[in-house]
Amino acid sequence: MIYKPVIGLEVHVELKTKSKMFCSCSADYFGQKPNTHTCPICLGLPGALPVPNQKAIDWCVMIGLSLDCRIANFSKFDRKNYFYPDLAKGYQISQYDQPFCQKGFILLSNGKKIGITRVHMEEDTGKLTHQGDSSLIDFNRSGVPLVEIVTEPEFENAKEVVEYLKRLRQIVRYLGVSDANMEEGNMRLEPNISLRKEGETSLPKYKVEVKNINSFRFVDKAIEFEIKRQAEILDTGLLPVQETRGWNETKNKTISQRVKEEANDYRYFPEPDIPPILLTGTKISKLKSEMPETPSSKFARFKNEFALTNYDIEILTREKYLADYFEEATKVGRKHNVNPKQIANHLINRNVDINSVLPAKLIEAIVKSTQTEQIDENKLDKIISEVLKNNQKAVSDYKSGKENVIMFLIGQIMRQAKQKLDTSMIKNILIIKLK
Amino acid sequence: MKNLNQLTLKRAKQGLKNKEFSSVELTKACLGQIKKHNQDLNVFITIAEKQALESAKKADELIAGRQYLPLLGIPVALKDLFSTKGVRTTAASNVLKNYIPPYDATVVKKIKDAGAVIIGKTNLDAWAHGSSGENSDFGTTKNPWNKKYVPGGSSSGSAVSVASDMCISATGTDTGGSIRLPASFNNVVGLKPTYGRVSRYGIVAMASSLDSIGHFTKTVEDSALFFNVTAGKDSMDATTLPVPGEDFARDLDKDISELIIGIPREFVTKDLDKEVRGGFEKSVKILENLGAKITEISLPHTEYGIAAYYIIQPSEVSSNLARYDGIRYGNNRGAFGDEARRRIMLGTFTLSSGYYDAYYKKAMQVRTLIKKDFDDAFLKVDALISPVCPTLPWKLGEKINDPLKMYLSDALTVTANIAGVPGLAVPAGFSVNHLPIGIQIMGKQLSETLLFQIGNAFEKQTNYYKLKPNL
Repeated sequence: MIYKPVIGLEVHVELKTKSKMFCSCSADYFGQKPNTHTCPICLGLPGALPVPNQKAIDWCVMIGLSLDCRIANFSKFDRKNYFYPDLAKGYQISQYDQPFCQKGFILLSNGKKIGITRVHMEEDTGKLTHQGDSSLIDFNRSGVPLVEIVTEPEFENAKEVVEYLKRLRQIVRYLGVSDANMEEGNMRLEPNISLRKEGETSLPKYKVEVKNINSFRFVDKAIEFEIKRQAEILDTGLLPVQETRGWNETKNKTISQRVKEEANDYRYFPEPDIPPILLTGTKISKLKSEMPETPSSKFARFKNEFALTNYDIEILTREKYLADYFEEATKVGRKHNVNPKQIANHLINRNVDINSVLPAKLIEAIVKSTQTEQIDENKLDKIISEVLKNNQKAVSDYKSGKENVIMFLIGQIMRQAKQKLDTSMIKNILIIKLK
Repeated sequence: MKNLNQLTLKRAKQGLKNKEFSSVELTKACLGQIKKHNQDLNVFITIAEKQALESAKKADELIAGRQYLPLLGIPVALKDLFSTKGVRTTAASNVLKNYIPPYDATVVKKIKDAGAVIIGKTNLDAWAHGSSGENSDFGTTKNPWNKKYVPGGSSSGSAVSVASDMCISATGTDTGGSIRLPASFNNVVGLKPTYGRVSRYGIVAMASSLDSIGHFTKTVEDSALFFNVTAGKDSMDATTLPVPGEDFARDLDKDISELIIGIPREFVTKDLDKEVRGGFEKSVKILENLGAKITEISLPHTEYGIAAYYIIQPSEVSSNLARYDGIRYGNNRGAFGDEARRRIMLGTFTLSSGYYDAYYKKAMQVRTLIKKDFDDAFLKVDALISPVCPTLPWKLGEKINDPLKMYLSDALTVTANIAGVPGLAVPAGFSVNHLPIGIQIMGKQLSETLLFQIGNAFEKQTNYYKLKPNL
């Protein structure tokens, strides 16, 4: 039987605000000594209250704007009640029915629009470490701002998912609101995957959520694995179990974690400690004006301003810092008659370490590589005679009409000279000598 | 000077300033009273004698240096729901019996910064759940006017500490009547401020959208002076209101003859205890004699108050108590008492999917209607008056096995919490058996100054506060 995958995606992006979502503790927890970035609020001590981080809300809205979402003028936080040892308050402050952003999309290179259902703001939990019989809790991560981006179930294969993820990562990096580094856990994703028969339009009666995926490579593998696994079950006439599975990178497969017998009841209700958030049109326009250029508009502008191929622009705009570097270099280049295409070629082909080479230095290097050097005539004469003597075959080939051989001879001369020489000048000398 | 502990806040401040006595003497007088009667009345969970004497000494040094602070050297008791850095804060529950907070609640900080001497932490219904004080895991506080009777709750210890002169003033919290009811049962003044006028930061939460942070004092003037210290926007509590500070005592002596005071018809029903009704009618006369225009008014949705309250409040309680999950604080959820368990179950149920719309959502709609009742009323009248509790203080144990009956004792107080408006409870006389009766004055949001003005005029005529229980 032929099946079509139906895939939706939930992505959590951790914002790199200075302080946490609801307190003034530093949000920079990675690699810090456990329980050193904590206070009564993120520890959920009796009586402590959350005060929302305005910057985090602004950034969440900016992400929504970059994804062409509708921004809610009236929004609020809700409590999501559940028990887990890493959840200090016994509930997570999240957003339920009135998220900041709704109904956006990301355009894939195949022209397909992936619908974004919602973009909302929540707080991260603490982190558990299991050691033998005991489990330790580190609350440094507790309360770090998280933005959750949920798509419609519109992906049909792993390739689309990976492209979407790369674009999303590019967008948040461009905004400078998150490092979106999967290995460090500041970008986490949970695909839900199911299959339906070719031609069917209703959603399958089950879905499988996959967790613990911490690289793009594993997204691809996990999805491919699930498609195969589910197809095999469907082929036997059965329905795959609705469950949460985890990606096991050593076994290269997904493993069942939790079977969802019924939907969790999180008993959402409006967070009484935080008044509703009002985002006026003026405020939203102000945020829009403060936003850096999005990857797609940068692409369009580069295409317009610089005579480059789509391939070049794609590479140059993949990371904002490279695009910025390129632009800086074009400014310097203009003064030295180095054109954008030369800079692009140099950047793309030569693997320039842009962290240590300043744009001005790069231009210097390009200029140097195109410039010829002066050489003592006697010295050159000597080298040419020698090369002609040692390459009798080439000389006779040239004389018998294979004029292209002259390029080989020029190369030999350059090598002997150990210098960058004006090729046309040498060519002229050779033509005379070989007459 | 004798019986320093009986002084009002105003008089104690004056005495300290004029060096009639020292803060150490005043503090010792309060501690002496505590030592004499705490065992009997069970008012304090923690007595901070050492710290209190230290801060009294410090206060005396400041007074000697002619420093002025609004509560300098004044012994104050705190309901054991207010986090105090380094001093155990139990919420009167076994769950937190060994919990020592690493930080001060904003209000505690403000009171300390104002120079007050924190004398101890007072008893309450565990987690502030109750109207009688009997739900404490640390034993029941007794009514000083008759030890066989309940002191009212949940701020039972704080009300009794002021009524029995163990301190000059005490803090409380009022979620459905927990300040006003014990104030009226003990012949003291109790203020439930506008929701959001006093920071909740650091105070163990009961029901976050209803919790109001207030206090008990001997007189209305004292209440205004204390409020000058505690009120104000707090950057740590997003629900505090951004209103500028004011002197709440400024209009105390303004006469009330221009005011229109409404009696909500739905508050004065045939269910009222006869003596409570008698005390209330007498109070109305007094206000009328002061020139106030008294008029009957309707708050039509009052009858749904308790029902809505007992959905919204337990819903929030169930969520607020989730953090005591047995992993931290040293005690598991088995340490919760019956009342907390009841509310956790009720609230978990009313928030459950499939029931949310029928209960929580409906209750929130009723909340909107009750708010509107008050808004409409305050277009016609300046303030409202009513009895605080439909009954007199009842005997210990009388309602403990009938939660519904217990809940109904808040029938006249919960709607102010639901609407977020302020209420001031003032003494209004005694029953034949010499049990206190109280009335409450309610106003629109942020109208505390007006409430103090009315309360003060009333108090000047009655002087009930001068009567002391025979301990």
